[in-house]
Amino acid sequence: MSLTIKHLIGLHGVPSDDIQTILDTAKTFREVLERPIKKVPTLQGKTIVNLFYEDSTRTRISFELAEKRLSADTINFSKSGSSTKKGETFKDTIRNIEAMKVDMIVVRHESAGVPQFLTRISKASIINAGDGRHEHPTQALLDMYSIRERLGKLKGLKICVIGDIAHSRVALSNIFGLQTMGAQVSVCGPLTMIPQNIESLGVKIYTDISKAISENDVLNVLRIQLERKAGTSIPTLREYHNYFGITAERIEKNNKDILILHPGPINRGVEITSEVADGPYQIILDQVTNGVAIRMSVLYLLGTRQ
Amino acid sequence: MKILLKNLNLLNPEQKINHESDLLIEDGKIIELGSNITSIDSQTKTFDFTGMYCVPGLVDMHVHLREPGREDEETIETGSNAAAGGGFTEIACMPNTNPAIDSAEVVKLIKDKAKNHLVNVHPIGAVSVNRAGEGLSPIAELVDAGAVAFSDDGVAVKTSALLKSAMEYCLMFDKTIIDHCEEICFSDGAMNEGFISTLLGLPPLPSVSEDLIVARDILMAEYTGGKIHIAHISSKKSVELVRNAKGKGIKVTAEATPHHFTLTDDVLKNYDTNFKMSPPLRTEEDVQAIISGLKDGTIDCIASDHAPHSVEEKEMEFIYAPNGILGLETELALCLNELVSKNHLTLDDLVLKLSINPRKILNLPIPKFETNELANLTIFDPEKIWTVDVSKFKSKSKNSPFDKRLLKGASVAVINNSKMFFENKFTDI
Repeated sequence: MSLTIKHLIGLHGVPSDDIQTILDTAKTFREVLERPIKKVPTLQGKTIVNLFYEDSTRTRISFELAEKRLSADTINFSKSGSSTKKGETFKDTIRNIEAMKVDMIVVRHESAGVPQFLTRISKASIINAGDGRHEHPTQALLDMYSIRERLGKLKGLKICVIGDIAHSRVALSNIFGLQTMGAQVSVCGPLTMIPQNIESLGVKIYTDISKAISENDVLNVLRIQLERKAGTSIPTLREYHNYFGITAERIEKNNKDILILHPGPINRGVEITSEVADGPYQIILDQVTNGVAIRMSVLYLLGTRQ
Repeated sequence: MKILLKNLNLLNPEQKINHESDLLIEDGKIIELGSNITSIDSQTKTFDFTGMYCVPGLVDMHVHLREPGREDEETIETGSNAAAGGGFTEIACMPNTNPAIDSAEVVKLIKDKAKNHLVNVHPIGAVSVNRAGEGLSPIAELVDAGAVAFSDDGVAVKTSALLKSAMEYCLMFDKTIIDHCEEICFSDGAMNEGFISTLLGLPPLPSVSEDLIVARDILMAEYTGGKIHIAHISSKKSVELVRNAKGKGIKVTAEATPHHFTLTDDVLKNYDTNFKMSPPLRTEEDVQAIISGLKDGTIDCIASDHAPHSVEEKEMEFIYAPNGILGLETELALCLNELVSKNHLTLDDLVLKLSINPRKILNLPIPKFETNELANLTIFDPEKIWTVDVSKFKSKSKNSPFDKRLLKGASVAVINNSKMFFENKFTDI
């Protein structure tokens, strides 16, 4: 089992066999995570840099844990904002890091395109941990893993991504990955949060949350960013909650078989009520555990690729 | 000193000239035209330009020379050299320098630095002090010093009130306001809004941001009777707005850049910052609208928006990289390649767009092919095939998205101010 891709920049264009391999390999690592000793020697001697140009807690921790479980040597580099304002260009930073002989770079950046840029200026294998509003492939892979774990398949399922699609990197990766695996993906949110021409990707748009719940098998509920400038996309969080929030009442009325995912962190009472976030329909903490297994799988497959 | 240019296809639509001729030039002036030039002596240097066209010197009315302020990216000299290399004998330079061209001193500095060059450099004054959009810059003083038009390029004239004042004030001097049409509240976008921006996850800049300011500017031109020039028009809707306004007799003119009629936002797919500019590359529909606008005269001229940037500033994360690309040294070839070879424009049309119309907009004298006229001319070969190589550019910067592109058509020589640029050398004539 080996991947055709050398880097994981996004799920756009990644063949289904590669996705299948990543998901299947993750299953093995998921079992490792249940053992008393959760470490394997697979990436011993490999050096991985976690390059985080944007604040992140869970993705960074998840990657770091995955790297440690695989016995890789890890370095963390965090910085926010444009490096050039502080003197050293991004390219110089990368060249310096590369000069220390690293094998893989896990990168998060607020500018879309940075992982691609890295493939041009570095020889390391690049894994995108989120670039701007572009892609966050490992998140979509762990979503797919979690759905498959619960429902036994991906093909033929209907999945709706709900929330601020325009500013989300999770949405695009979900769309590309799930479509490749034969699922149907739709989006739901106020039209100010739906990016232009997304329907050209074969994605249905809902603005009625009840309809989205009743017509889908899975909801992937995105976090509504509290810090985003108030009043530009939505009038108030209260209005968002009243018209697009996932509540037990809406689920019970429209579709009791629904499966709820959320990439976290949750804003309770905004995009989802506590009742739902802690209730029987969701698999939010399973996603977190599966996230480590998925990242181990990606790191292992790319790190041992010949 | 006399030089004889033989077997030229002489072309000047303004004089309705389109025939073969030789040109004899002495001390920078045309002294004889025709096919049987006799008054040559043994000192006369002769050039055979069989198959080449000779037109009134080309003008690029939208150039960023970066001096004063960013001489690491371009200087008046290197920018003028790039212009000569690209076939231009006159350029107008935008005021977003540091300091801005908002005082007579800066106008004089630029003119002084440019005075011994083949290329005439015409400074465009800032509309507002430091281009900050607050108070008017000293427009009368700038005109006296030599400013040919006014613009806050880089940004639109900030408020409608300021635009109204500037247009009314400029009426006194018959000067045009050149506007960079972009509604500032959308300006955190990094590329055209559409399917590709959604696919790439880059912050989108909607084309309506341009259209809104074009509409405002047209209304203001109608209201004040002043002259407005739309810089680097790039959207289909804006072309329609200008077309309608011209139909009503409103004094609006427009320019398009070669990149906006050559490239679409599709090229951004590998996040190459050499394709990042403002206004951004748009869709095929917009490209077609620009070409139609050029064909039917809605768009008066072609200008490059030559915007040099250092490698280290361009080689950056996409959203942080500055807007703008080089233009002077690929402009003529792209026009010949994309417009003339594809039968969208005739060579006559092209000379109007690159030579005659920009002079009319800026009130510059139009060179004539007549005896006793100063020789201000461009000789180009519409058939020459060459490959763009930025390392050979005369510009100090290298940020061209057209590097390594095969193009048909090239400048061969330019003559102006008793100087000739030919075979990569400047000589006094």
